[in-house]
Amino acid sequence: MNAKRADKIATAVLYVMSGIIVLILALLLFYILFNGVPHISWHFLTAPAESFQKGGGIGVQLFNSFYLLFLSMLISTPISIWAGIYLSEYAKPNRLTNIVRTSIEVLSSLPSVVVGLFGFLVFAVQAGFGFSILSGALALTVFNLPLLTRNVEDSLRSVAFTQREAGLSLGLSRWETVIHVVLPEALPGIITGMILSAGRVFGEAAALIYTAGQSAPALDFTNWNPFYIASPLNPMRPAETLAVHIWKINSEGIIPDATAVSAGASAVLIIAVLLFNILARLIGNKVYKRSTGL
Amino acid sequence: MQNYSYDDTYFLPLDPKTHEIAISTEDLNVYYGDKQAIFDASLPFERFKITALIGASGSGKSTYLRSLNRMNDNIASARVTGKIMYRDLDINGDGIDTYEMRKHIGMVFQRPNPFAKSIYDNITFAPKRHGLKDKAKLDELVETTLKEAALWDQVKDDLHQSALALSGGQAQRLCIARSIAMKPDILLLDEPASALDPISTSTVEETLLRLRDNYTIIIVTHNMQQAARISDYTAFFHLGHVLEFNETKKIFTAPKIKATEDYVSGHFG
Repeated sequence: MNAKRADKIATAVLYVMSGIIVLILALLLFYILFNGVPHISWHFLTAPAESFQKGGGIGVQLFNSFYLLFLSMLISTPISIWAGIYLSEYAKPNRLTNIVRTSIEVLSSLPSVVVGLFGFLVFAVQAGFGFSILSGALALTVFNLPLLTRNVEDSLRSVAFTQREAGLSLGLSRWETVIHVVLPEALPGIITGMILSAGRVFGEAAALIYTAGQSAPALDFTNWNPFYIASPLNPMRPAETLAVHIWKINSEGIIPDATAVSAGASAVLIIAVLLFNILARLIGNKVYKRSTGL
Repeated sequence: MQNYSYDDTYFLPLDPKTHEIAISTEDLNVYYGDKQAIFDASLPFERFKITALIGASGSGKSTYLRSLNRMNDNIASARVTGKIMYRDLDINGDGIDTYEMRKHIGMVFQRPNPFAKSIYDNITFAPKRHGLKDKAKLDELVETTLKEAALWDQVKDDLHQSALALSGGQAQRLCIARSIAMKPDILLLDEPASALDPISTSTVEETLLRLRDNYTIIIVTHNMQQAARISDYTAFFHLGHVLEFNETKKIFTAPKIKATEDYVSGHFG
């Protein structure tokens, strides 16, 4: 077989393989959206869920998902940025650094259900937070932190070494160089990674079933005092998220329109995750343009 | 490769009474891990002159240059011993604030490395960090340094455009402007024109010749014509040893030792 022919065959195989990936995604999306979108209405998006009757919505679950995501990002973003800066800029190549890096890798490969059970034991039971948004947010942080840290580290590393030398040669300290030269240049990558991981966290169910709980008590959207038990902002209340809700109505739901609610909720979930991905690109590009002035 | 004796050397003595020395090294040794890269290098650099460091790849000239403002501190395995005398102070000592020292000894690198910021911010960034806040003074600084680097006329209308849009030669001159905005005494240049086309190279060279009036310049170059065109003194490096230091015209017309002669005439290795 000559080189030209081999190249042609290889190209064809690569096309087919990439095609299969796109096809799987397209089929999945089409199926979920085709079945789910007809059920989405303003009522569906805002009404609380029903336990026994049909006609319930996903309003509380939707709010819970966003609030949990917000709290979890609030905890994990600063930690991952500090850890990423340490690993990329300060850590010397020695045993300790290797241990830290290996730990992060192991942590990132833990199945989310294990993280959920760990969160249940540590946050819900030992720390006494119970089934609460706080327990859920902490479990999600454990689940998310390794990938976020890795993303920050990689984004910082992708900034050319010569940029650091430029900063240092102007009499700037290493810290000033990292904060004012390297970090701004890495920011688009960091933000893109943050939003993409937000999408992953948004769709996470297994880590939350035993931490944030599977019940969504009615919320009083007129009282925003975080210490009030029915307040949407109260971090100590149990909070079923959208993904957990989908899991629950499919496994033990007794509402008559379970299939429809599940399909609608899945479509909302998928659309939200898609929006996160699109947003990640848009914002990443915009921040890059802004920070470089290109 | 032919073996040259490291004892066959020539160093032009510079009388401190008639030649003001800006910076000098005494028995400078550089190690990367167990490997020694520079052996007992002792060189003087006269104030307001251009000194070129020449030698084949791997001769240690860049390593030596990077030791002068302690850029090798950032390489974990690097170790530098010996003295670097600057204003009667050994800046290779322990108690030295390297960040403060680098304000006095600036550096321009082989590849243009402007920050991903606007042209204006590239120049004002470090002075601002060091406390210069006055807008009028910053504006003036941008204009004077860009004029000194022969870039002002080309970019004066685009000061707030990204520096990443500049051509290689323009970017390198911006890096020179950025360095001299710190008003250093000494400017170290590590093959500043090796990534540039001939026209950009000659603009950079003209810039350096003009800067000689106010700065002490030490330049590493692969390009022997460049060394001959712009430098006053030349030091020849071979496998980590400095073998000859002399006035540039002597190096190129009447080298004192065989190794230099072979190198500058192209009969090397």
